[in-house]
Amino acid sequence: MISKEIVIAGAGPAGLAAAIEAAKAGAKEVLVVDLNLKPGGQLFKQIHKFFGSSAHRSGTRGIDIGNQLLTEAKEYGVEIWVNSAAVGLFHDRIISIEKGLDSGEKELVNIQAQKIILATGASENVVRFKGWTLPGIMGAGAAQTMINVNRVKPGNKVVMLGSGNVGLIVSYQLMQAGCDVVALIEAAPKIGGYGVHAAKIRRAGVPIYTSHTIIEAKGTERVSEVVIAELDRSWNPIPGTEKVLEADVVTLAAGLKPISDLVRLHDLKCVYNAAFGGWVPKHDRNMESTQPGIYVVGDTTGVEEANTALEEGRLAGVAAAERLGYLTQTDASALKDDIWERLDGLRMGPFGEKRMVAKNQILAAFPECAK
Amino acid sequence: MCMRITEHVILGQEETAKLVEITVDGKPLMAKEGEPILAALLAENMIINRYTVKRKEARGLFCGIGQCTDCAMIVNGKPNVRTCITPVEQGMVIKTQYGVGEGDGEDD
Ligand SMILES: Cc1cc2nc3c(=O)[nH]c(=O)nc-3n(C[C@H](O)[C@H](O)[C@H](O)COP(=O)(O)OP(=O)(O)OC[C@H]3O[C@@H](n4cnc5c(N)ncnc54)[C@H](O)[C@@H]3O)c2cc1C
Ligand code: FES
Repeated sequence: MISKEIVIAGAGPAGLAAAIEAAKAGAKEVLVVDLNLKPGGQLFKQIHKFFGSSAHRSGTRGIDIGNQLLTEAKEYGVEIWVNSAAVGLFHDRIISIEKGLDSGEKELVNIQAQKIILATGASENVVRFKGWTLPGIMGAGAAQTMINVNRVKPGNKVVMLGSGNVGLIVSYQLMQAGCDVVALIEAAPKIGGYGVHAAKIRRAGVPIYTSHTIIEAKGTERVSEVVIAELDRSWNPIPGTEKVLEADVVTLAAGLKPISDLVRLHDLKCVYNAAFGGWVPKHDRNMESTQPGIYVVGDTTGVEEANTALEEGRLAGVAAAERLGYLTQTDASALKDDIWERLDGLRMGPFGEKRMVAKNQILAAFPECAK
Repeated sequence: MCMRITEHVILGQEETAKLVEITVDGKPLMAKEGEPILAALLAENMIINRYTVKRKEARGLFCGIGQCTDCAMIVNGKPNVRTCITPVEQGMVIKTQYGVGEGDGEDD
């Protein structure tokens, strides 16, 4: 077994920011592991300019934020292992990493860490309808990874299900990649995401079917037709309203849920929060979970956005460095106060308010005795 | 049909990458060094990676980030390789996976 000061699972904005902040404060052996081929999490598929307040790099593209984080991580001597999945979490802060590719030899490395930070992000929700397992039907994020990271089109004619920001942005990006977006389907009577994104889709001439859903996907070995129908007020399909659309790809953008495998494995206490996408680990204002020395940050603690993930990562990085003796209480408090001020700023406005309420509920659920 | 995005309004022109040769179900294919196996196949509009054990249904790309295992194939004789998070290498031999990828009568 090897030992490290801080081990971070997940190299998205949350994990990288935590690593940078801790290393900046003086922590020496900071390791970030990620199961993917490249670090950066969701950032590298986001080629659009970010929404959010100006103090928080709105107008900057996700890929640029990602590159900046990687440069900083390098500068401060953060170690990053890719193709390395965190698969186990044990008592006294031992974390197991499965290192290596599926196609090669794998090695299980157990690490004794002084602090562990879980930043594993979120996964896409699935929508089930007849034929939903046919090839060509995939998560919107999967399609986005293919077009923006790997530069290959998953198909030519796409039906998008879901009109939240992910559905809207990925639809637009599919068009930028040269795909034909046949239709956008939304079960609710209204569009879920920002008006500006929806306007772009409309202007491009993509029909948006609200109060509609997919009834069935047809095809042999690949989707070729999609049957949609209108929904009544109790969300039941209205007979006779079916339409058949020709498509070789269906992308599902029905929200995300926090990845909580490691959290559950080690019995970090959780609480259900619908606004955050499901079960999320309880934590205090240092982002420390109910298991001392284990921190939780970013989408893992509730699905939000890149900027909140970044700030939560920074909080945990500062808090962990403080506990390890690299920051005085006064210095750490000043840093944490600044971060909380920014976080509060990000959780305002019509879309942010709900998340502010949700976060406060989670903080309130943290048992005092565990501190 | 080539599904590669050579020109992109934001990402610009595709960078020239070193090419490697791989074999997919017996046929040779050129791929970009370091790209995921799945992307190399998708570039040729090949979307089926495996067939399920019981109902023998086709499966392909679903999550693209190593979480779902729908993209598993046999790579250099090794079954259950998630092709969305495994990069291509010169000379790689890739096969569609039937069931759990054992005793399928093929020569691996
Ligand atoms: C289409 C789309 C558009 C978006 N647009 C915006 C926007 O405009 N503005 C904005 O602010 N936000 C946006 N977001 C949201 C933002 O991308 C996320 O909130 C943010 O990336 C969360 O950061 P994170 O670090 O918590 O998780 P992630 O970025 O998801 O990173 C988690 C990392 O952990 C890794 N991982 C998971 N499990 C393990 C394990 N067991 N071991 C090792 N590694 C593991 C994953 O591979 C991943 O790299 C968008 C999201 C999507 C999908
Ligand atoms: S597509 Fe889900 S693991 Fe590869």
